[in-house]
Amino acid sequence: MKNPESYLSETAARLRPSGIRKFFDLASNMEDVISLGVGEPDFVTPWGIREAAIASLEEGYTSYTANAGLIELRREISAYLQKKIGVKYDAGQILVTIGASQALDLAFRAMLNPGDEVLIIEPAFVSYAALVTLAGGKPVTIPAPAENGFKITHEQLESAIGRRTKGILICSPNNPTGTCFNKEELAALAEVIEKHDLIVFSDEIYGELTYDGEYASIAAIGGMKERTIVISGFSKAFAMTGWRLGYAAGPKPWIQAMLKIHQYAAMCAPHMLQHGAIEALRNHEEDVKKMRDSYRRRRNYLVAALNKIGLDCHMPGGAFYVFPSIQKTGLTSEAFAEELLKKEKVAVVPGNAFGESGEGYIRCSYATSMEQLQEAIRRIERFVGTLLPGKKGGNEGTAKAEYMNV
Amino acid sequence: MRLTKEELEILAILEENHRTPVETIAMQVQTTPENVKKIIERLEKEKIIVSYPALIDWNKIDGKEHVVAMIGVKVTPKRGVGFDEVAERIYRYPEVTSLYLMSGTYDFSVTVEGKNLKDIATFVSEKLATIENVVSTTTHFLLKKYKHDGVIIEGKQDKDRRMVITP
Repeated sequence: MKNPESYLSETAARLRPSGIRKFFDLASNMEDVISLGVGEPDFVTPWGIREAAIASLEEGYTSYTANAGLIELRREISAYLQKKIGVKYDAGQILVTIGASQALDLAFRAMLNPGDEVLIIEPAFVSYAALVTLAGGKPVTIPAPAENGFKITHEQLESAIGRRTKGILICSPNNPTGTCFNKEELAALAEVIEKHDLIVFSDEIYGELTYDGEYASIAAIGGMKERTIVISGFSKAFAMTGWRLGYAAGPKPWIQAMLKIHQYAAMCAPHMLQHGAIEALRNHEEDVKKMRDSYRRRRNYLVAALNKIGLDCHMPGGAFYVFPSIQKTGLTSEAFAEELLKKEKVAVVPGNAFGESGEGYIRCSYATSMEQLQEAIRRIERFVGTLLPGKKGGNEGTAKAEYMNV
Repeated sequence: MRLTKEELEILAILEENHRTPVETIAMQVQTTPENVKKIIERLEKEKIIVSYPALIDWNKIDGKEHVVAMIGVKVTPKRGVGFDEVAERIYRYPEVTSLYLMSGTYDFSVTVEGKNLKDIATFVSEKLATIENVVSTTTHFLLKKYKHDGVIIEGKQDKDRRMVITP
């Protein structure tokens, strides 16, 4: 037999491992690490939701469900979307998936022809480009500059559109920057989208975690519902990441095409967990609000604290990430994150894991307790103090040179 | 009384941990420490913030073990003053740590703390039962505290089971 790797498909062999992976290996071998690197809530799923899933197991709900998901759950999702984003989808326009990740995968596979381009606003979640590629499409990134609050303008969008552009992926609130597009900004993008007959993959997984305004969906802008697939799930809002439950809502023929692939590839989402999701939508809005309030306070603290210790940080409107600049330190994102981990045992994710335009930044998650955040700030301050002129611990020249060598 | 969003935020932070420094609170609600101090002082003055007790598990300390009883008390309310005057006769005793007027089969729920069973038996028979207008008492001794004021004292706590870094 030949080298086992030579049997792999070219696609799999060529696929780059997630930039986070390397860092994960480094951090998980250390003890007493304070992690600001976690992309999920620090809350455990509210008990009532857990109890509903337990009860469903006790009652023997262990069979398959309809491929599209339990009709009761799809009706709840329909009512929820109407209330939250003001767009009406009937149950036939909704597909329950295994996490929002699977919904994204299905959407790309259902909508892209080989060579079709999907515009991705960068810095972006690690999966988008890979999933587009796996579906035969071609990811094209539009850098969203920090000076513009990590948003793109409609001029930028206009100039990125080419002959093969099929659609655009919008993730608002954004992972990793926390940036939110408000209604007016979405409307400006929508105008260009409509003009060029693009479709929209709208990743709204962080929608409930919008802090300064309302959760705004591009699907709610006039003319956009017909050309948008809304992708969301239970992970972030209800603290249900490990449940792997998401959904997609959109034009019926598109959702039905996704359903066709879904029934071959996955059959359905787990039955007992769908009962938990029904409970979440019916009775746990108050929990979502409490968690949102708690995140908002931590965001305010972390942004103020980072700016105070000399790392410029914009105020993001949602999700649970801040994306401060580390350019002043003269280090690359990876060097900064690696040294911070080794010297002070604080884990953050280097910005370049989210694409080239994330270079010069780090992603810090504030989904961790205030005590941990405060301790993390003390450690980051000590670390940055050795790098920045005028900060305590000074001695800039030599320290900088030392870190540059990593 | 209607409070501003800022004031409600401050109360939520204090309710979770009243030792949070004003500087930290100020950063969390995007205002100045001086303003936080002013707001807290006002809320204290208005008796919206009533006090800042610590939740202590005395039974863990040798020589500090004590007994808690919850007593259902039936009374005949007095004409003109209703339950309030009877309540006052009860809550003035330092052994009484809480007193609530209840709906249902009895009128007052009285929590009494003492060093031992005898302490509480003496209090009930000599003090509580002899109060004019008290018709009957039903004493329930507390055996184990699982949860108090929203805090799980003895039992399973949710742990952080997340990995160190996730996308």
